[in-house]
Amino acid sequence: MEPVLISPAKASILGIPTVIFSVLIPIAGVALFAYIMAKRVAPLVFSNPDFRFDRIPERIKGVLKLWLAQWKQPRYMLAGVIHIMLFAGFIILSIRSSSLVIVGIHDGFVFPGLKGTLGHVYNFFKDYAATMVLIAALMAAYRRAIVKPKRYDVPKKYGKPHTGEALFVLAMISGLMITESLFEGTMAAAAVKKGFEAEFIAPLTLAWIFKVSMTVLPIGSLQATHVIAYYLHDIIFFSFLCFLPMGKHFHVITSLFNVYFMKLDKGTVKPVKWGVADDKLDELKSFGVKKFEDFTWKHMLDFYSCADCGRCSDHCPANAVGRPLSPRFISIKARDYAFSHYPLRGPLKASEPLIGGIFEEDEIWSCTTCGACEEECPLMIEYIDKMVDLRRGMVDDGNVPQSLQKPLSALEKRGNPWGKMEKKRAEWAFKDKAFQAACPVKLLENGGNAETLFFVDSISSYDDRIIQITQSAARLLNAAGVDFGVLGRLEKDAGHEARRFGEEMLFQSLKEENTEAILASGAQRIVTADPHAYNALKKDYKGLPPVYHISEFIAEAIRSGKIRLNGNGDTGKVYTYHDPCYLGRHNNLYDIPRDVLDAIPGIRRVEMEKSRDRSFCCGGGGLMLFYEPIEEQRMGQLRVEMAKTAGANIIVTACPFCMVNMEDAIKTSGLEGEMEAIDLVELIDRHRAV
Amino acid sequence: MSRQVFAYIIHKNGKPDDTALEFVTTARKLDPNAEVIGVVVGSGADLDAAAGEAAKSYTSVWKIDNAALAYPLADGVRKALVSVLPQNAVILIPHEHFGLDLAPGLAVKLDSPYLPDVVDFAGLNGDTLTAIRQEFSGMVSTHVACDIAAGAVITVRPGAFAPDESTAAAGTITDKSGDVGDVAVGRRYLETLVAEVGDVDITKSEILVSVGRGIEDQDNLEIVHDLAKAMGADVSCSRPIVDAKWLEKSRQVGTSGQTVSPKVYLACGISGSFQHMGGIKGAPFIVAINKNPKAPIFQVADVGIVADILEFLPELTEAIGEAK
Amino acid sequence: MEILVCVKRVPDTSENEIQVNGKGTDIERDDLVYSVNEWDNYAVEEAIQIRDRVGGTVTVVTVGDDESEEVLRREMAMGADNGILLSDPAFENADGRGIATILKTAVEKGRYDLILTGAQADDGAGQVGGMLAAMLDVPYASLVNVIEVLDDKKIKVGREIAGGNQEMNEMTLPCVLSIQTGINEPRYVGIRGIRKVASVEIPTMGARDLGLDPAAVAPKVKRLDYFVPDMGEGAEMLTGSTEEIIEKLMELLKAKGGIKS
Repeated sequence: MEPVLISPAKASILGIPTVIFSVLIPIAGVALFAYIMAKRVAPLVFSNPDFRFDRIPERIKGVLKLWLAQWKQPRYMLAGVIHIMLFAGFIILSIRSSSLVIVGIHDGFVFPGLKGTLGHVYNFFKDYAATMVLIAALMAAYRRAIVKPKRYDVPKKYGKPHTGEALFVLAMISGLMITESLFEGTMAAAAVKKGFEAEFIAPLTLAWIFKVSMTVLPIGSLQATHVIAYYLHDIIFFSFLCFLPMGKHFHVITSLFNVYFMKLDKGTVKPVKWGVADDKLDELKSFGVKKFEDFTWKHMLDFYSCADCGRCSDHCPANAVGRPLSPRFISIKARDYAFSHYPLRGPLKASEPLIGGIFEEDEIWSCTTCGACEEECPLMIEYIDKMVDLRRGMVDDGNVPQSLQKPLSALEKRGNPWGKMEKKRAEWAFKDKAFQAACPVKLLENGGNAETLFFVDSISSYDDRIIQITQSAARLLNAAGVDFGVLGRLEKDAGHEARRFGEEMLFQSLKEENTEAILASGAQRIVTADPHAYNALKKDYKGLPPVYHISEFIAEAIRSGKIRLNGNGDTGKVYTYHDPCYLGRHNNLYDIPRDVLDAIPGIRRVEMEKSRDRSFCCGGGGLMLFYEPIEEQRMGQLRVEMAKTAGANIIVTACPFCMVNMEDAIKTSGLEGEMEAIDLVELIDRHRAV
Repeated sequence: MSRQVFAYIIHKNGKPDDTALEFVTTARKLDPNAEVIGVVVGSGADLDAAAGEAAKSYTSVWKIDNAALAYPLADGVRKALVSVLPQNAVILIPHEHFGLDLAPGLAVKLDSPYLPDVVDFAGLNGDTLTAIRQEFSGMVSTHVACDIAAGAVITVRPGAFAPDESTAAAGTITDKSGDVGDVAVGRRYLETLVAEVGDVDITKSEILVSVGRGIEDQDNLEIVHDLAKAMGADVSCSRPIVDAKWLEKSRQVGTSGQTVSPKVYLACGISGSFQHMGGIKGAPFIVAINKNPKAPIFQVADVGIVADILEFLPELTEAIGEAK
Repeated sequence: MEILVCVKRVPDTSENEIQVNGKGTDIERDDLVYSVNEWDNYAVEEAIQIRDRVGGTVTVVTVGDDESEEVLRREMAMGADNGILLSDPAFENADGRGIATILKTAVEKGRYDLILTGAQADDGAGQVGGMLAAMLDVPYASLVNVIEVLDDKKIKVGREIAGGNQEMNEMTLPCVLSIQTGINEPRYVGIRGIRKVASVEIPTMGARDLGLDPAAVAPKVKRLDYFVPDMGEGAEMLTGSTEEIIEKLMELLKAKGGIKS
């Protein structure tokens, strides 16, 4: 039977059978791709270990939700939908693309299982997929070239805009769709012209448009177009494949792995070196990441996987206030370092120190570890662990900003960053005789036990303003009938920021002392009003009784009726709740504080636009209070503006550091009288029906 | 024979320093019966002028003229003094940068006890002198005693004693230059690098709003600038603000910074260390605002307010603005 | 260049509340934490930086008891090559002159080009450096805030003098310098660094090893007591509501010429 059109497998040009190209192009393409991939894998050979081969069911779930279902993409709706179109299209077309390669060698090849009805159904969907991908690519190109969303901008210090790279890839993707549809459309058009039965093409798809419009062309043109389209597709396909590992589209290959190997435990910090136990840390010659090869293989994979989308930096509070940190460029700069030091051609370049090289000191110290970047990243790229590792490296070299040295020394000597005396740690409970009489607090520093340990932590023990919150917390715990005690001078700073600022050994020392004191108290539960302490005790410490945030205790007490609330007027007051990073994002505790607030009769509460997992960091806690950043304004000031925009005049906080930063921002923004900050605990205390 | 108490006179461009007048009081308090002799070291016309000025306050002035000591280099001055002073001399030297260079070594070479940074005397019992010093950045005071029969080298905190302004001494000037031998030393003066004046010369300001550690953060400095603007004042600061690089060195008031003599001085969030207060001359009206009621500044200020400057200053600025 | 830095273990005023004890004989030492004197720390950092530039070694020395060793170790963790502890019951009550005498004998046991001390310590005297230099008959400069090595026999130093000015001097080596804060940014030393030098040997020398007659270090200046002086009158404190205070203050300021219209 006469073929409708001569297929590439059978065609020839100038007497040369084109099937030779069908064979050579894939061989060359795959060989080049394998070569490039080998070069890309090279740095991972020198990397530090990362234990991510366990917990397979959780990982598979993660892949299904985050990779296959593109769960995070709709956080930016338009871009997300466009990307889902591209991604879904690619997944569906993967079968078509593979079979196309073989079709050029073996005419009429179809994958086993797709010969019958299933094959037709597939062809139907794949046509829509290709059309969808083309539309998505054109929309994306329009956004890149015309709309130019801000998050794609490249600040001058980071180099030239990446628009060219983006448009080039979109052009290749469009080319793939067009050539594939041309290949199919020309065949169908020729069939129509010759009066044969044509393969059914889904209506209104690209291939259908080609089929319908190209019936006017002579068979010869259709034939030429058919073969040329095929080889164009082949060339573009393998060029695209080889181009993937060259830039931001590496994520097309690495995303599945990056998501599979993602970090499963939010709020934790990786050990100094996986496989080295805490008590063996002294044996390590070097701490932290000082050169590129000190990163773990997963972190290197992260750098490769960055799609340059800028969602992380768009939500980074440090970036928003003009600090020299943009998470996106942490990844891009590191990726480019890997590309240049492990080049495709030529010898490896000698390793250079990262700090003072691609990264600046202040860039790394600027991070508040709020986690907004990690929350946004659709590829599950981690930043906090890298920041901590880079800081560990700087601390190891003695390279710590002067403003942080005094508080670190005070933490070491006195167990709190202000250098206040240990014996005064529980003065908040005992110095004021009136308070002591009205609100008895068990002091466990000389023995004695309590069912619940109230871990106060440093700022809540020593800061005059925050002590007011601590006293409210104690009153509420008493009202709730909780048998609680405090460790007093036996309590040391939880060490949450000491660890995250890279002073691992100081953290280990604080952890040991606190763990010993907590276990000696015999407490069955721990409660704290400080989300940083909460996160530390829950995630950084081992072997402790369960840890709760005080809002959980209050919620329970309200539910059981032990605490009853009255709404006392509050006319004109509009409240908004500011999610602390270490309660919200890092520990998924969003609803309980809100439920507690809403239990106040008649309360008027509004949500800020950036709330829950998009909450905007107040400025940071612990050691971050001492650091002197380079910034245009303070995070707190931006946050207070957000509260105002939401229509609130009272910001409710649930973290002592948020309180410090909010009150500070209210003062420096000149909003005193217009805006107020109150802690959740204080608010409930105020509304308590006694 | 009464004891001889020497007062080392620091002078510049022919004029003695304020400490020269203070030492008249100091010497009298140390030993009312002593013969007090002012010592001026230097060279040429400047030295003669200084000696003449000193003679108005001291009944006896010893002049040491040596070309190598035209710029007062401590090691060389020490050699000169060792040749000229009697072995059992009691000598007062100001506790400032020159005194710190000169006095300890002088005490060694004269084999005399050394009393540094004395702020007062508590009595002379025969040859046992009791003095008062401070330790731990001025947090505590101590009484110290030593036997001055064989002499003593005492550095005195500038401003600790009141200056004796009377100029009726009509003292005699004795030229001791001949007693001095070779003053060559292993240290050579090169030059003095003058600090950049900066945009404002606070030494000429009449009203100063001065800020210290209580401002907490560089970004808060705005409220200080606003207040200064409302008052028509200049902004100055204490050392920690300059160390943190939040303001230029030319704004620092203190013994290692600028000496100011305004009419009104607002000390905001400044604890009041003597190094800082040592930079304030004259008798300005000092208002201190500090959230620590125990801050030492409340001892020396005229008016004190216990408040958080972060809250108080903007309110004060607003009130001044409204009143205008 | 062989550099010796004299350091002292002191109660850090920022991490302690300094109070006179009940009897007035000393400050309350029960709850004190100690660290290296801040000025000395700047001196050690400077010495390390000079050594890294021109080569040589940095030795830290202190006069104290066994507990003073921790300060030597901390400075060695920072980067000093050697530590020497000068300890003897006879040294216990030594005054500044005594300390300088002890240090002099230790200096003579070695061969140092440059000797650094901090400009002052907890007693605010600032005397040891100057005395040591005079005892060794070498040049001295105090309040040094910049050091430039010209060659192996000469250095150029800047001193902090009044008005924020800087006095530049040339000094022949060996010499003694006392170092002012702010000369550099000292590097951080953490627990890990100190653990790394925990087992390094620090030789101890007593009066006999130094050939010192205990009488030579008997104090000439005796501290009689500690006290907190009477507060005296002090400032007129303004009280009342913030509005009242501001009103009163503005009255006073206007009267004194503090508000230029």
